[in-house]
Amino acid sequence: MDIGLLGQYLVNGIMLGTMYALVAVGFTLFFGVLDIIKFSHGDVLMLGAFIGFSAYLGLSALGVSNPWVLVVCLTVIAVAATAALGALIARTLILKLKSAPPLNTLLITLMLGIAIRESVRLFFPDGSNPKMFPPLLPSSAMEIGHFTLRADSVILVAVGLILIIGLNLVVNRTRLGLAIRAVAQDAETARLMGINYTMIVLVTFAIGSGTAAIAGIMNGLYYNEINFGMGLLLGLIGFSAAIIGGLGSLYGAILGGFLFAALQTIGAVALPFASAYKDVFAFAVVIALMAWKPTGLIAERSSDRV
Amino acid sequence: MTMKQSTSAAPLAVGLTAVAAVAAYFWAFLSVESNVAVLGLLALAALAAIFSRKIAPSLDRAMDEHDCVMHGAILAALLVLIALFAEDHFPLLMFSTTLLYMTAALGLNIQFGYAGIVNFAGAAFFGIGSYTSAVLTAQGLVPPILILVLGGIIAAAIGFVLILPVLRTRGHYSAVVTIAFSVLFVSFLQVNDVLGGPQGLSVGAMSLLGWDFGTGPTLFGVETSFYVNYALASVALAALAFTFTRRLERSWLGLSLDAVRLDETASACCGIGIRRAKVLAFGFGNLLIGLAGALFGMMIGYIAPTSFTFSDSLLMVAIVLLGGMGSLWGTALAAAIVVLLPEKLQVLQEYRFLLFSVMVIAMLLFRPQGLLPRGVRRFVPGWRPAE
Repeated sequence: MDIGLLGQYLVNGIMLGTMYALVAVGFTLFFGVLDIIKFSHGDVLMLGAFIGFSAYLGLSALGVSNPWVLVVCLTVIAVAATAALGALIARTLILKLKSAPPLNTLLITLMLGIAIRESVRLFFPDGSNPKMFPPLLPSSAMEIGHFTLRADSVILVAVGLILIIGLNLVVNRTRLGLAIRAVAQDAETARLMGINYTMIVLVTFAIGSGTAAIAGIMNGLYYNEINFGMGLLLGLIGFSAAIIGGLGSLYGAILGGFLFAALQTIGAVALPFASAYKDVFAFAVVIALMAWKPTGLIAERSSDRV
Repeated sequence: MTMKQSTSAAPLAVGLTAVAAVAAYFWAFLSVESNVAVLGLLALAALAAIFSRKIAPSLDRAMDEHDCVMHGAILAALLVLIALFAEDHFPLLMFSTTLLYMTAALGLNIQFGYAGIVNFAGAAFFGIGSYTSAVLTAQGLVPPILILVLGGIIAAAIGFVLILPVLRTRGHYSAVVTIAFSVLFVSFLQVNDVLGGPQGLSVGAMSLLGWDFGTGPTLFGVETSFYVNYALASVALAALAFTFTRRLERSWLGLSLDAVRLDETASACCGIGIRRAKVLAFGFGNLLIGLAGALFGMMIGYIAPTSFTFSDSLLMVAIVLLGGMGSLWGTALAAAIVVLLPEKLQVLQEYRFLLFSVMVIAMLLFRPQGLLPRGVRRFVPGWRPAE
């Protein structure tokens, strides 16, 4: 195979991996603080992309035309809105069900995901059709043989990686991060140490949901299209990535995200059957991985409580 | 003993009246056309739900002490409903769909409600049943009644591919296995040309010993809808599934399933084979779902991958949850609500996923035990001391 083509697949894989890792990081953060799976994450991501899109329409109508200003503004608006929504979800649904069986929380967030998805489909103007997301980033490209490196992909990957590193620093180096980790380890003790438990949970959900909005906008900018159903698959992939990495570990989420992207790319390129089977292949490997490592590649440190 | 004997006639009367009332209600619900009438009937159901608290103890006793009579009455009521709708396609289709969804949900119930195994691929196993009947009826080598059985067996067999990860994982980790399978199944069908791709396949009709289900039987000179056949078959299948599930619950197998769900470590300490219990529940559940799917495929005659998506799996989970985990009559009631409500209120058809998601959220917040919660299990449910 041509080396340029190989490089192309590598770049695409990294792009996908960054997006998946961003989604998976959200799952892992929520699991870390509350031991729950928030399945509506993918749909919050989709909502973030739609809010960004609406913000773009609004700002364009107001006469803003500089693409950099636009992209920054729409990201800020989308992140703020989804962060608020994330905190609201945590407050109204998830903290309420804290003592219920874990299955109930999983179900309630699954159903919430459907509710968000269906609301966008039914109530967003012409929501059932895909929307053209504006190409706001410079699309100049560098070509070497078969290898094309587009400026927008580079920017998106850079932003994604910076965000992941930034989140990692926040969790591991700041006082807020210390509080989040403390709540994750032992909520009761963390409370005794004077940590505002509810506040930390809400902030964590806000951070995770904001990250999802950025992933959604990245997705929109990369594919130039958003639709109401995009969150389902991305959420499932992010969830699978977080699980195969090992829930509760940020590195596991990043590893899982890139691993899933690698599986999809391998499925599309290197395997003998049609590339349409790439998702089938990737999910089959996920199931096989779960049989091999039932608690993920980077296993949770906590042991079973009897 | 004798005291009990003398007073037990009253509960039976209450029970039989309740069965008749519910049957009459479903007849009205399936035959009314206008939205106003449907809404009126829904209001009536809400009132009846409040009233039913008063008669609940007698009803429980009737089901308990005269279970043969009561089950017979319910079966008779279902047959009367079929006879009343014998000439109309649509109500019979709804009726059969409800029963088949109920059968599938009973299968899920064994997994969720008894053994505590999460399965978010219900629609996928349903789809395996339907696709089995599509492929095998097209070949025409296997008699349709065997195809039905094979649909269930193949669904269970494919389910066993997942058994290793299902057994080894717990909680959230096990959820991902079935969710991944559900997505995998639909994307596989979408791209596989042999199985019709996104367009799907047509399914041949059921036939039994020369009795062709594709044409309506002429009874007493009345030309009936061909759905009468399927409605009868669905009643038979649902009754069979219900009886089996009840027997399973009552047996020592059901007892060990309940123990495994409540505490794996404790039941392992008591010598219950956890793996065996889970394999049994997963296999038997998928078998029921596949059977229902196979008959459903034959009934609607045309299947496509979009009917078996992850959202449809969630709809099935919603049935189990709305009814109450492990509660068989609850499952029946919830299946009726989930299938019939959007079909009768055509305004709601578009909004059905939104409606059910909000309903389940409200349910989980305010009544997590379901509409007809399953009580604490007696050691042997329905056991009566010898007279």
